[in-house]
Amino acid sequence: MSEEKMNPDAGGHYGIFGGRYVPEVLVPAIDELTRAFDHARTDDAFWQEFRGLLRDYVGRPSPLTFARRLTEYCGGAKIYLKREDCNHSGSHKINNTIGQILLAKRMGKPRVIAETGAGMHGVATATACALFNLKCIVYMGAVDVQRQKANVFRMKLMGAEVRPVESGTRTLKDAMNEALRDWATNVRDTFYCIGTVAGPHPYPVMVRTFQEVIGREARQQVLEATGKLPAAVIACIGGGSNAMGVFHAFVPDKGVQLIGVEAAGCGIETGKHAASLGHGAPGVLHGSKSYVLMDEHGQIQEAHSISAGLDYPGVGPEHSYLKDTGRAQYFSVTDAEAVDAFQLLSRLEGIIPALESSHAVAHTLKVAKNYAKDDVIVLNVSGRGDKDAEQVQDWLNAHADA
Amino acid sequence: MSRIAETFTKLKEEDSAAFMPYLVAGDPDLATTLELLKGVSAAGADLIELGVPFSDPMADGPTNQLAAERALKSGTTMPKILDLVKEFRKTSQTPIMLMGYYNPFFHYGLDKFCKDAAEAGVDGLIIPDLQPDDAGELKPHAIPNGIDPVYLIAPTSTPERLALVAKESRGFVYAVSLTGVTGARSKLPPELNDFIDTARISIDLPLCVGFGIGDPTMAREVAKFADGVIVGSAVVKRIAQAAEEGKSPVESVSVFVREMADATHNARKG
Repeated sequence: MSEEKMNPDAGGHYGIFGGRYVPEVLVPAIDELTRAFDHARTDDAFWQEFRGLLRDYVGRPSPLTFARRLTEYCGGAKIYLKREDCNHSGSHKINNTIGQILLAKRMGKPRVIAETGAGMHGVATATACALFNLKCIVYMGAVDVQRQKANVFRMKLMGAEVRPVESGTRTLKDAMNEALRDWATNVRDTFYCIGTVAGPHPYPVMVRTFQEVIGREARQQVLEATGKLPAAVIACIGGGSNAMGVFHAFVPDKGVQLIGVEAAGCGIETGKHAASLGHGAPGVLHGSKSYVLMDEHGQIQEAHSISAGLDYPGVGPEHSYLKDTGRAQYFSVTDAEAVDAFQLLSRLEGIIPALESSHAVAHTLKVAKNYAKDDVIVLNVSGRGDKDAEQVQDWLNAHADA
Repeated sequence: MSRIAETFTKLKEEDSAAFMPYLVAGDPDLATTLELLKGVSAAGADLIELGVPFSDPMADGPTNQLAAERALKSGTTMPKILDLVKEFRKTSQTPIMLMGYYNPFFHYGLDKFCKDAAEAGVDGLIIPDLQPDDAGELKPHAIPNGIDPVYLIAPTSTPERLALVAKESRGFVYAVSLTGVTGARSKLPPELNDFIDTARISIDLPLCVGFGIGDPTMAREVAKFADGVIVGSAVVKRIAQAAEEGKSPVESVSVFVREMADATHNARKG
């Protein structure tokens, strides 16, 4: 795939996907952001500061760990874990928020808003805002505030204000609606820090750019460790930022399969899932055209996943493009499979993965045996699962008889 | 000449601004909406904005969000809205703009939608999350079917954006009075008059102002310098109130629209 096909056109389009579907009041702010990002992108001083912070504050590069016992358990390809769970603040989200908050500083915006699902992006935004002394307001669905209490407290500890969102389905999509409403109201002094590769252009390409470090490191690390490229790279997909981050460096390596894993929730057949790529249709949600879960009349459907970070009825436009071109494949695993994988990786490797990442682990468990023993799989562990311990315990108690 | 253009031409001859109420189709149900359309039309509405409910109304405040929820709960869909317009057209020629977020239109299929809408008697489309930049796929279906795409400008719009809207909008231009979401406010933004004057440098089409206008005093003020006054949440709130009291909203809404339309129409007289 050529370089230009890996980037959107000037309007932010990846094929038929992407674009900029927002109220006019926001367009000038988005133009301003696009100019600031384009400038920063080619500015060595910006990258020096960004890379310095990723090294000294986030703790990059994150390790690539050979999962010996998991590999033996699966009986197929050698499985290497890309350890985004080792990052400061507990997930890959911090790569993006450091980048965006540096931009907010450059643009002179004193007020930062964010939406969050599981709370990891909220925590990462609160972290970067504390570091740079910016006012931080995080919108979070009231349902998610309930199921992720620890993250709510972490955000508050770091000086952020958490605003529970009571409208609609009271989850991530509604938090994003409310953040967009705040932005429309306070557009002149506010920077909207979106947590995933979705939203209006330039967010999908900007967030990916800040997350590309995952794949760049992983590619180099896997070559050093094994002397070859992996047969497959596997990552979970909600909006898709950790997946885009780890995929990007491998897109030109045609022999590397790129595999995204969505949440099948209670099972695709129940209708209670979050598999937008697998079972949605092209539509427009939150500023871009992409695969979306909707009913026959174009009303957005409630997503379902045990993992709040995957509980979203849309997905980034670049994933929609990679799906349609066939460069990446997308699968889904259920809540139950994710919970099993959560426990298994904890027991076999002493690594507690986030419930989000557990979806990628679960799919790897299914497919690793189909590869030769000298094949390599890079599995992206996008975050740590400490935040999910209580929820998994409750889930296991509730399903004890099953 | 389209119904929208005819309406503005006639009002210009009378040196009057247009009054344009907004209500959501299917709030509280489609049968009541038909009565409301007839009621506001008789009460002096020059054009009507008929809201197409959407699950994720990102430019709306709480009043209109709840109206959309009620409308979806009552089973409102795009085909039923088009049937409603068709029914209304049997008794009235008041121009109808459908106002809603892009996805339900896109999902219906833009080609089929524009044909069906034109046949039903829809005059224009106001889609707050669709700007001319990304409307290339709508234009070839809307314009030949006589459906006017109405674009929005905001106080943040740059001269380049105003010029783009001037070029692509048909019928009129919707000027969003403030930075924010829909919902009645207690007073007008102080810089509104200047914003409209600036916009006129680039835009020849009628300029109609919406967002935040809630009472006759504000309507009168806006009607002095704008070509149209759009009132949404203040109408929707009265529909919600009546529903809560278990009454038909037609009378209270008609009385309110009469008051607002009179204020708008008489603003430039003595």
